[in-house]
Amino acid sequence: MLIALLAQEAAHGAEHMPDDAPPPFPPFEPWHMPGQLFWLAILFAVLYFALSRFILPKMSDTIEKRSDRIASDLDQASVLNEQATEAQQALELRIAQAKAKARETAAKAKQKIDDEVSAQTARVDAEIEKKLDAAESRITEMRAKAMQNVEQIAIDTADAMTARFGLKASPADLKKAVSASLK
Amino acid sequence: MNFALTQTAIDPIHQFQVSKWLDLSIGGIDISFTNASGFMLLGVVLCIAFFGYAASKRALVPGRTQSMAEIGYGFVADMVRSTAGEEGLRFFPFVFTLFFFVFFANMIGMVPYAFTTTSHLVVTGALAILVISIVIGFGIWKNGLKFFKLFAPSGAPFLIYFILVPIEVISFLARPVTLALRLFANMLAGHIMLKLFATFAAQLIGAAISGTVLLGVVGLLAFGMGVALNALELLVAGLQAYVFAILTCVYLNDALHPSH
Repeated sequence: MLIALLAQEAAHGAEHMPDDAPPPFPPFEPWHMPGQLFWLAILFAVLYFALSRFILPKMSDTIEKRSDRIASDLDQASVLNEQATEAQQALELRIAQAKAKARETAAKAKQKIDDEVSAQTARVDAEIEKKLDAAESRITEMRAKAMQNVEQIAIDTADAMTARFGLKASPADLKKAVSASLK
Repeated sequence: MNFALTQTAIDPIHQFQVSKWLDLSIGGIDISFTNASGFMLLGVVLCIAFFGYAASKRALVPGRTQSMAEIGYGFVADMVRSTAGEEGLRFFPFVFTLFFFVFFANMIGMVPYAFTTTSHLVVTGALAILVISIVIGFGIWKNGLKFFKLFAPSGAPFLIYFILVPIEVISFLARPVTLALRLFANMLAGHIMLKLFATFAAQLIGAAISGTVLLGVVGLLAFGMGVALNALELLVAGLQAYVFAILTCVYLNDALHPSH
């Protein structure tokens, strides 16, 4: 049906043609060609002139400026970054120094305290020792004295006992006998 | 089955008709200002206005317009640099002009009722001849006779040159022809297709309203096709400008470095 319609269409179109000759194909009509070339030459030249003389240099200038600016900004950023890194390193160094100093001070203080504590301990120990020595010597003394008293009591007792038996012993013999039995 | 369908003839060629706006002639040669010249002027004015405005901003942090223009700048600059090398950048303004001249012409052509200047072979042909003239002129000026080494790549056995040189010459001569025809044919065919589908859709839907439902369905299909073609043609409009510019770069690269 469509083909029929198209055929009808074509026939109809042909009927309306002014002549039997087919209409000229506009792009191949010669009359307008010189004019087209003339205006093309003028307009293309105008466009080329405007772009190459005024517009493109401006644009390339703008683009160049921007890339320069970006490059210099990047440079500056890297310089600043370096500075920041340096500052950080310096800071770290100072922190380390301060830490070392603090450690040193702490160690010194500890040493001092330790020294004091040990000195005091030594002093107290010595005092206690002295007191112990004194006490011990007193104890020995007292023991000796007590032993002496015991001897004397034994001698006296022995003297009394021998006297009861009606004997008489010399004090020297008594003493000798007592000390021999005490041993 | 004779309905109102055929009242207006589909004439997809009509859009390429050149009509005079202003009669002009110099020395008997007709150089009238036509609708073709008018839309070409519009493209050039829009191009200068857009880039001129964008370039005048010069902001360190670009706004939208400036950003777009600078993306265009970078795009063309990268294209020239990657195909023709650093020395190719001396042709950057030319390639930039060429690309955006074609791009604006193609894009203006996408607007309904606008005239597509690049759909005329005389325009694309003139641009292609300009490109190839610059390639030959600059190639000979810079390299002297060494430029013709382009036709005889080194390293082939002697007898091969009898075949190789004619092939290279023919392919070189074909360059301006293909460059011109590619852009012209793409724009012409694309706009014919657009016109056909759009008119077809309108007429069939019109017929459907006056009673024939089936024609309406076909009309809607044609309408969908027209929409899809519009998207495709937008792509082609950008792509053909790009192809034109990048082939120019490739040819300029031959002029800069003729020995392969």
